[in-house]
Amino acid sequence: MACKNTGIINAAELKKKHKKLTEFGFEVKEINRGYADRSLYIDLSNNEIKVKPIDGEMKNKFTGGRGYGMKYLWDAVNPDTRWDSPENEIIIAQGPIGGITQYPGAGKSYVVTISPLTDLPVDSNVGGYFGPLCKFCGFDALEIQGKAKKDVIVFIDGDSGMVTIEEAPGECVNSHILAETLTEMYADSEEDKRNVSVVSAGEGSEHTRIGILNFSYYDLRRKKCKLKQAGRGGIGTVLRDKKVKALVVKKSGVKGDSNNPADLDTIIKHGIKLHKEIYDNDDKQCRMRVHGTTQLVDAMNAHDLLPVNNFQYGEHPEAPRIGKESFEKMFDLGKPDGCWYGCTLACAHALQDFEIKTGPYKGQKVFTDGPEYETLAGVGSNCGIFDPEAVTEANFYCDTYGIDTISFGTLCAFVMECYDRGIINKEITGGLELNFGNWEAQMELMHQMARGEGFGVVAGQGVHRMKKLFAEKYGADKDFLNDIGMEMKGLEFSEYVSKESLAQQGGYGTANKGPQHDENWLIFMDMIRNQMPTFKDKAEALYYYPLFRTWFSIVGLCKLPWNDIMPADNHLTDEPAKVPEHVDNYVALYKAVTGRDFSREEMLRQSERVYNLQKVFCLKMGKGLREYDYPPYRAVGPVTVEEYKSRRERYDKQLKEHVGIDPEGMSVEDKIKALREYREDRYQTLLDAVYKRRGWTENAIPTVEKLEELGIAYPDVVEVVRKHL
Amino acid sequence: MKIVATKPELCTGCRACEEACSKVLFKDINPEKSAIRITEKKDGGYDINVCNQCGECIDICPVQAIYRNKNGTVMIDRDKCVQCYACVGFCPSMSMKYQKDIIGPFKCISCGACTRACTTGAIFMKEV
Repeated sequence: MACKNTGIINAAELKKKHKKLTEFGFEVKEINRGYADRSLYIDLSNNEIKVKPIDGEMKNKFTGGRGYGMKYLWDAVNPDTRWDSPENEIIIAQGPIGGITQYPGAGKSYVVTISPLTDLPVDSNVGGYFGPLCKFCGFDALEIQGKAKKDVIVFIDGDSGMVTIEEAPGECVNSHILAETLTEMYADSEEDKRNVSVVSAGEGSEHTRIGILNFSYYDLRRKKCKLKQAGRGGIGTVLRDKKVKALVVKKSGVKGDSNNPADLDTIIKHGIKLHKEIYDNDDKQCRMRVHGTTQLVDAMNAHDLLPVNNFQYGEHPEAPRIGKESFEKMFDLGKPDGCWYGCTLACAHALQDFEIKTGPYKGQKVFTDGPEYETLAGVGSNCGIFDPEAVTEANFYCDTYGIDTISFGTLCAFVMECYDRGIINKEITGGLELNFGNWEAQMELMHQMARGEGFGVVAGQGVHRMKKLFAEKYGADKDFLNDIGMEMKGLEFSEYVSKESLAQQGGYGTANKGPQHDENWLIFMDMIRNQMPTFKDKAEALYYYPLFRTWFSIVGLCKLPWNDIMPADNHLTDEPAKVPEHVDNYVALYKAVTGRDFSREEMLRQSERVYNLQKVFCLKMGKGLREYDYPPYRAVGPVTVEEYKSRRERYDKQLKEHVGIDPEGMSVEDKIKALREYREDRYQTLLDAVYKRRGWTENAIPTVEKLEELGIAYPDVVEVVRKHL
Repeated sequence: MKIVATKPELCTGCRACEEACSKVLFKDINPEKSAIRITEKKDGGYDINVCNQCGECIDICPVQAIYRNKNGTVMIDRDKCVQCYACVGFCPSMSMKYQKDIIGPFKCISCGACTRACTTGAIFMKEV
């Protein structure tokens, strides 16, 4: 595939090569109070397309977004289904609030599939225009099942009411080119480009298990497509396995009332209030409008939480080089950087004319999205790389190749530690000198993933599979690899050092999809502010926050405007960590969109149904029990002598004050052992408390009573649970 | 460009400007539909709030619906507007308005109707 040119996009010529396989007409249905009450189903194996009604039971029990995704996937797969089985689906769903233009962060889509990394249902959230535009075509969800024989593009045209599946042999799959090409191809004019959104992956998705979906949206001022990523769990790998080159939606005429809410006035008033809050406070708080999430590099580094050299350490003197001030200088600021209309938190910054130094686009000056915190920490500090241009290039290539920056960062850090410690060598890596800090080797590893060559393909299988390979084939110490390989359930950790926060260890450990922080981010509350001193407090937090955060994913909202901007008087409230005024905003928004009664309690209940279905789903797919909730020890405490010595004072103090052992005269190895016993024991106690609070058995199984209480004790759900009880 | 300039100390609070404005913009006599607003101050006297055509709203609009016309006045293209109201929250002088019966934000268009209705000279057109 000729993917080298970025300058010329010959959309008309490429379009001529398309072969229409099928077309399907549909009625463009208006939304009623946040819902279309229909989904669009496409089976690529036989080119079947149909519109499916969504009934009241589905709506009442699973709300939308991730809830709909989980239920559709549950119905579609069996315990033997794997990521590349034809019956596996990719479901992209919005939610009732998704698509409103007035309240910041209301354009999120939620994507669900069986993950190639974990064999479990994975959910990943993403901005960009695809979700809302798809919804305004009259679909609350899009289900893609089956596999095409040759590369296809699915085009959903909400202006003419037509879905087509087209063989598309010519286009380059790499997203920064493909999104531009298809936007050009399917838009009627320059002005029409904002009505088109493309979902695509890239060459890296084809040869690894860490593929992503890029969701595009057209930036009217810069005249370029920007990309947002559904990054976690390898969804792009599934997309390319289905031979989908891209999903394209087109829908013009989006207005502030397209979601047809019950009470638009209330939504507008809350939206204006938050816009004003951001205008007044963002400069004094997180400065998301200037720094985006890059500001977290500095914040995490200051608190010993920034992963450095495969999570060994939590800070590095060079970290500010990849922090907010560097990127403030590099970002093209001053333009609206929201990833959906009306998001004035505007964290999606971009760089103009960034010169690429390696790979197929070497020497080209590209427009690229700016790296987010997770990327900076993952491909940057965690790999010992502190060059802002290097991490920007890694971010550009990860996006365009369709590779998850988090999994890539964490697996590259693992490889680098193995290389530094001599567990693997140059012979095994095919000549790549993968020492910490070697960004050129890191980039070559990534290019190999895109080309499907060499050690890149090995690494692209993820940490879980590399551990097994290194132990079985190269004689590595399996226990040591299990201690330092930062994955759980098959998914790589996201980028926070959790050693000093038991609650965060539990947050990572009990997360349904694997160790990702979107369910829980409790480090500051737990470690810095000591707001949850007892196991009961931590268990309560590990009950509340996953459910509260799940709610964003079922209604179509972004988490960031919840607590990355806060009312000026938030610190005076009873529970500042919950940002009570914003929670009340959400209750008001839900009521105003749907016209239904609603409360904070019902918000948790809605999430709890979806969360427990997903938990049972994990059991159905063969994982989900307590044994899968144990993190690698690197996430819990110091594994090596160097790690212990680097924070000796802290650990010695803990041995003395918490464990009751006098460290004086003990060898470092003995101290590590004693600390480990203590920490692992506390983790077990935490799991007991968390499972109990969640209404699960001590083996992490939701009880039948719990499922009945939630109203999801369907026979096939109960059957799964009973097998384990 | 011409803007509506103010001398609040001359305002008597008669609100003739609000009536004139809402009449021109929306063919209605309703102070909530006026782009110029008079508020009584606690310690006596009046505040006059009206757009100074600074144009900060132009950069905040995600769909380029806000622009400066050939006279320099900041205008809203209602066809392009997606009613996100970012411009209302981000207006430095809080002069971009929302009213529930009107679709989309609205603002002063420097037509001068309010200044013609003012009998005290508290508002007047000024070339800047």
